[in-house]
Amino acid sequence: MSTTTLAMPIRVDAARASTRPGIGRLVAVELRKMVDTRAGFWLLAAVVVTTVVAVVARALVGDAADHDFASMMLVALQPAAVMLPIVGILLVTSEWSQRTGQITFTLTPLRSRVLVAKLLASVVLGVASLLLSLAVAAPATALAGAGLDGAWSYSPALLGQAAVYLVTGMITGVAIGAALLASAPAIVVYFTAPFALTAIVSLSFFAGVAPWVDTVRATGPMVEEVLSATQWAHAGTALALWMVLPLLIGAYRITRRELSA
Amino acid sequence: MIESHGLTKQLGGRTVVSDVSFRCEPGTVTGFLGPNGAGKTTTMRMLVGLAEPDGGHVRILGGRYRDLPNPGRRVGILLDASAQHAGRRGREALAVSAQTMGVAQERVDELLELVGLDATAARRRVGRYSLGMRQRLGFAHALLGDPELLILDEPANGLDPEGMRWMRSLLRDFADRGGTVLLSSHLLAEVEAVADRMMIISGGRIRAQGTRAELLTESGTVVEAGDLAGLDGALRRAGLAVHIAGGDRRLVEARPEDVARAAMAGGVVLRRLAPAEGAGLEHLFFELTAGGAGACVTHPELAGATA
Repeated sequence: MSTTTLAMPIRVDAARASTRPGIGRLVAVELRKMVDTRAGFWLLAAVVVTTVVAVVARALVGDAADHDFASMMLVALQPAAVMLPIVGILLVTSEWSQRTGQITFTLTPLRSRVLVAKLLASVVLGVASLLLSLAVAAPATALAGAGLDGAWSYSPALLGQAAVYLVTGMITGVAIGAALLASAPAIVVYFTAPFALTAIVSLSFFAGVAPWVDTVRATGPMVEEVLSATQWAHAGTALALWMVLPLLIGAYRITRRELSA
Repeated sequence: MIESHGLTKQLGGRTVVSDVSFRCEPGTVTGFLGPNGAGKTTTMRMLVGLAEPDGGHVRILGGRYRDLPNPGRRVGILLDASAQHAGRRGREALAVSAQTMGVAQERVDELLELVGLDATAARRRVGRYSLGMRQRLGFAHALLGDPELLILDEPANGLDPEGMRWMRSLLRDFADRGGTVLLSSHLLAEVEAVADRMMIISGGRIRAQGTRAELLTESGTVVEAGDLAGLDGALRRAGLAVHIAGGDRRLVEARPEDVARAAMAGGVVLRRLAPAEGAGLEHLFFELTAGGAGACVTHPELAGATA
């Protein structure tokens, strides 16, 4: 072997190889992964389309008194509230079901960083969809609610609560996806478990417990009224049960579980 | 550089990898040979932190894989070409990883061209790729970060003969430029043509490892004689292990000169006496991995040997 043939010795870019990708870059990558697959793209496209359709429908029909901004926002938030958690679930479970985790976790061996990036990306997407709701609800109010008294009365607290509602919904999706690490079971559990729980706690025996654990009842009011301290407590405990607990289980599983061949 | 010391892994109460130790040096291609289910993939997954060893340890480029700050820039990995999101386009799959490791997006197009995926193929979703196309995409992915170490599990899977030749020259060139390559295969012929060193694994244990020449020395001598009964008797008297290797040919577990000496002592005239070479390696592979499914005999010198 002659050294003259070694035209281009392998040379690692030492600076780049020794620089850990920043969390900002990992968040950007996770956001990209939400939209660059067929399922992710159509889910988010569906959020945009159904938000527009629902708000337009609300503007065209119904009582003129309901054409104020608050009602429009209530309608505009629903598509994202239903579909973002699915995006959150798939963001985690696809790493296992599509086995992309082999790539994700060899490029970022500290798996906790990947999970943090997914959570931060969820916050970004939640806030982005709040902006979408605003962008659709505002012109609709301007057109349909023109001349209506108090059409634009909307508490800033309500806006903050809407952000919390969307973001916690999406993070609950990530958490349940992480706890189960399989797409179909996670989606089924996400949508049916609250109903199953509602059925159970509706028994009079649990009447006192229900408001504290039923997420539908505990978080639903966030988009409708400014919450009282008790309501915040209800929301907090329900989210601890449905979001924080699965997230802890999921964090344990993601960092420990081996990726099958 | 890979240094593996006594890697051991149990799965479901069964030991699938047992005390696996080896080194892969810069400038070399190491072939990891064994039948399906021998423990190759499990070993490779432990090298890159996708599975945790139950015993032993491994050092990648002098440290733990998970301590590499930006591993994609130093280690190129192809473990399973099908482990890509079916709903993602080919080019996008590379672009996501390029973004993660901070590689310029132009590099993605360079690599697509290098592995022969044209613009149409790059736009298609990976779910619609053939096995060969996935393998090419997997290659591009492994090379994306300009690594110095390649870990490739069954890279020849699904490649046509032309693709196989292309892969060999690429790996040879990579090693000649100072890179380190570890590639696995269940087919001897795939590895033999490119590997400087080989490890043969079966039942989770390394059965033999060394350079081709070292393995061949262990693998014996092919001998032919008109008087087969006399030859067998002479070899037996000399205490040499003999295998029937097709027709009037014998494969002897000894060096040619020992075989010649035994034949002379027995007064047997030899028609042919040669180091076992490929046949020996093939035989060694079968011997060491006895019971391995899915292997097929392709070497002419061995025809009939396993019948």
